[in-house]
Amino acid sequence: MADPILSVRGLKTQFFGPEGVVRAVDGVDFDVFEGRTLGVVGESGCGKSVTARSVLGIVDRPGKVVGGSMKLRRANGEVVDLGTLTNEQMRKYRGPEIALVFQEPMASFSQHYTIGNQIGEGIKLHMGLDDRAAKKRAIELLDMVGVPQPARRVDDYPFQLSGGLRQRVMIAMALSCDPRVLIADEPTTALDVTTQAQILDLLRTLQKDRGLAIILITHDMGVIAEMAHDVSVMYLGRAVETGSVKEIFETPKHPYTRALLRSIPTVLAKPRTRLPTIAGSIPHPFDRPKGCSYHPRCAEIIGAVCEKAEPPAVDTDDGRQVRCFLHGGMEEAKASLAGASA
Amino acid sequence: MIAFMTRRLLLGVMTIWLISILSFIIIQLPPGDFVDAYIAQLSSSGSQVSAAEAENLRQLYGLGEPFYVQYGKWLARIVTGDFGESMEWRRPVTEVIGDRIWLTLLLSFAALLVTWGLALPIGIFSAVRQYSFADYAFTLVGFIGIAVPNFLLALVIMYFAFVWFGASVGGLFSAEMALAPWSAAKVWDLIKHLPLPALILALGGTAQLIRIMRANLLDELRRPYVVTARAKGLSESRAIIKYPVRAALNPFASNIAYLFPYLVSGSIIVSIVLGLPTVGPLLVKALVAQDMFLAGTIVLLLGVMTVVGTFISDLVLMWVDPRIRHQMD
Ligand SMILES: Nc1ncnc2c1ncn2[C@@H]1O[C@H](COP(=O)(O)OP(=O)(O)O)[C@@H](O)[C@H]1O
Ligand code: SF4
Ligand SMILES: [Mg+2]
Repeated sequence: MADPILSVRGLKTQFFGPEGVVRAVDGVDFDVFEGRTLGVVGESGCGKSVTARSVLGIVDRPGKVVGGSMKLRRANGEVVDLGTLTNEQMRKYRGPEIALVFQEPMASFSQHYTIGNQIGEGIKLHMGLDDRAAKKRAIELLDMVGVPQPARRVDDYPFQLSGGLRQRVMIAMALSCDPRVLIADEPTTALDVTTQAQILDLLRTLQKDRGLAIILITHDMGVIAEMAHDVSVMYLGRAVETGSVKEIFETPKHPYTRALLRSIPTVLAKPRTRLPTIAGSIPHPFDRPKGCSYHPRCAEIIGAVCEKAEPPAVDTDDGRQVRCFLHGGMEEAKASLAGASA
Repeated sequence: MIAFMTRRLLLGVMTIWLISILSFIIIQLPPGDFVDAYIAQLSSSGSQVSAAEAENLRQLYGLGEPFYVQYGKWLARIVTGDFGESMEWRRPVTEVIGDRIWLTLLLSFAALLVTWGLALPIGIFSAVRQYSFADYAFTLVGFIGIAVPNFLLALVIMYFAFVWFGASVGGLFSAEMALAPWSAAKVWDLIKHLPLPALILALGGTAQLIRIMRANLLDELRRPYVVTARAKGLSESRAIIKYPVRAALNPFASNIAYLFPYLVSGSIIVSIVLGLPTVGPLLVKALVAQDMFLAGTIVLLLGVMTVVGTFISDLVLMWVDPRIRHQMD
């Protein structure tokens, strides 16, 4: 496979609040490739959105990226570690290199400006077009994402559009400066099923036409199955299993991945049977459990070890990465535990 | 939108009508009728009113007839610009009020501009740099501004202006200009005298508006559309000014109407202390002397101006917030 466009290693982002430090992202690794979709999946609060914002350098105060690297390969082959840039340097990457699509199209637009104004803003800033040319491009973009009567709609305010149209406009805005990486943070969560399918379709088409690298963030394994080429499963700020979508759906290795997969309905399931849910609740990020952070909820816990030692990220034979003692790291952990108690 | 404006306009006219009834009730409040009071007033200063003259006056004002007839006659005269006679001053009410109403309006407007000019940047700064030293400092100064009565502030400023600069602060004109007819020099004199009283009057409202702006902006800064703006690569200042600040402006617009009566009633004591020729002190004097036509007229004028202010405030709000503009269709 070609080199990744974006390669993230050991990303750590923390919030320094008055009650203590929240380790929202605590060592995330992933690669994104041209023309491919990386699905990032995990329960709410596991750090998916913070990961996305970290990549763009727009984490809210009091949050800060405190470690790791985010290497972006630019169109000219130059490789830049986004983490080392100042905010001012980073600005020219936001939009033309990496763009974001958000979960709440209503709240993510300002209600005080027309959609043409909000789409055109980035175009004027990054491409140096004037008002008229920017508006023309905005209309073309609206047309591209399937907004009917784009020349009329461009002067509408966001509150005049339906939810599905708003998300299309949001995608048009994200694509306005021809980014090479698109991060879509739960782009369909707020939409009904039909609209959701249309938006996912649109993303697929755009990816095919433009070779976009997409990071698709979701808590829905169904969306992952439909969209992603590769998957990274997150739990409490860490990627616990990463691999191709086929392998992960066919032979999930991490107990958390297995639990997530059991909780999606299938066509074959008998009607009116209860879907299994994942036992226990997500711990608060303040008191992350010791040892494997999944151990209080894990059905396959290996006593003694999982409660005390953190499973390392292990590369498996089929090219996956898994953080679980069932798949490696056990001997080393036992040895160091024994060493510590001796 | 047109329908909305028409509705608002009709509502405004209705309100003015109600205010006129209220003003008339105020005029009627003192015991006895107006002519009795007038005769008593005149006789106390040595002049006499003949019975025929008194009867004429009673006829003119419709005294002794039902309330609505009296009110109707009063309203009919007002429409022609006759607001009655001031007993205290023995001159038509319009003459007594004279320029004062315009000076009051001007002073309120100047105070409004000062309020905005201070509250907007300070409010933005305090919100963006929440919990910074400057934020705490502005908060402290703001609370002092709210707590200290503005006439006290006026006295303090007058004292220091005199001690430090030997300047006598007060009035809206210098002594030689006060009675002069209007001229370019007099206007310039007014402009020079305006800032200080405007500032003193503005401070209380400014402190409040800073708090409102800060709270609103803090709310808006947390909204997802701010993240969107940053994700587009906008500079931090542009992202903040274009989006959340714009959204936090609504209270400024809706404040216009509310600020006017606040400034007038709040300015009475300041006007007395600073010797400002506004309607506030006149209203107080008129009420004390039971000079009812004067008092009723001032109440009526202030009411009308507040209604007009509300209408302007609606227009500004529509301009600021497209949602309001579109809700109305
Ligand atoms: N502004 C913030 N201040 C403090 N903590 C935050 C903030 N934003 C996110 N977090 C913390 O980061 C964690 C991950 O949040 P997020 O990335 O939004 O989760 P999700 O996977 O649902 O997108 C949350 O548990 C939350 O406690
Ligand atoms: S390391 Fe242990 S507790 Fe953690 S997921 Fe694997 S088996 Fe479960
Ligand atoms: Mg999220």
